[in-house]
Amino acid sequence: MYSTIFHWLSQLSAWHEQTQLSQAVQVHDWIVPTAQSIHILGIAAVAASALMINLRLIGLYAADQPLKEVLARFLPFIWWPLIVLLLTGIVMIAGEPPRSLKNPVFQLKMVLLIAAIVATAICKVALRRNAAFGDARADRRVGAATLAGVSMLLWVSIVFAGRWIAYYY
Amino acid sequence: MDFDRFLNWLQGTPVAVAIRENELLFPWIESFHVLTIVLVVGTILIVDLRLIGVASRNRAVTVLMRDVLPCTWTAFLVAAITGSLLFSSNAPKYTHNFYFQAKMALLVLTGCNMVIFHLIGTREIAHWGAAARTPVAAKVAGGISLLAWIAVVACGRWIGFTLH
Repeated sequence: MYSTIFHWLSQLSAWHEQTQLSQAVQVHDWIVPTAQSIHILGIAAVAASALMINLRLIGLYAADQPLKEVLARFLPFIWWPLIVLLLTGIVMIAGEPPRSLKNPVFQLKMVLLIAAIVATAICKVALRRNAAFGDARADRRVGAATLAGVSMLLWVSIVFAGRWIAYYY
Repeated sequence: MDFDRFLNWLQGTPVAVAIRENELLFPWIESFHVLTIVLVVGTILIVDLRLIGVASRNRAVTVLMRDVLPCTWTAFLVAAITGSLLFSSNAPKYTHNFYFQAKMALLVLTGCNMVIFHLIGTREIAHWGAAARTPVAAKVAGGISLLAWIAVVACGRWIGFTLH
């Protein structure tokens, strides 16, 4: 299955290289750093929001505020920037398509991203099913704390993978 | 001239040489630098958006700052250490790079903005800190911080494209 995906990515890369977007990005040398700057600002919004939610699950942030309110404040700052990250990410791939789509670190980053999105969604679903989720006493908060740890590890790995895409090819 | 000698000395220290010559050291330190900068900027934006009056409006400014700013300072400490290490590996080149100079100037600006806000802007905070609406001085401080940190990120990225 992996070889099929790889073949498909190769074809996608070859096509992508020919597009006008790709050619424009490669001609104008301000486009890639601009896209990267916006990309990093988007990641700043996502990573800080995830940090606040996860610290709340552990009980280190806004322990006096219901988890529902914390999620209402920070989840939009995870979901909406993801669209910006997708768009700027496409521009960055357009800069050097063969390197990025087939880059194993890029592929790892996408897998980690899906896992982080799932972990974030689990938090929301868990609260809907159990209104006391995240508000239990510290000694009964094991599930929420585990989810927080896994989520934070995933987001940190995503940031690291993002930087290593530039070095591993 | 003495400053140039200092930069050359710094570049020749064993730590700087190791970071410059080892293939893995630079990207690893850079990864921690990016991670902590992202957290510094992201957490400061949470406070800035509250000061401007557009987010976390149901949370008192003082409470929000007490909860968020320890994260910001911890991340800033690591960003400063990792940034200094990266700087040392090519000290003269970074010093003469326009975007590096701009980044340092912007950091000074954010520092001054923060000090002025804490000295003057928070004088009456007992009166307005809990309200959703914030006074003009708070909006200005939050706005300056927001724009300056966005520019810090952009300058940081441009250093990487103009250094060599």
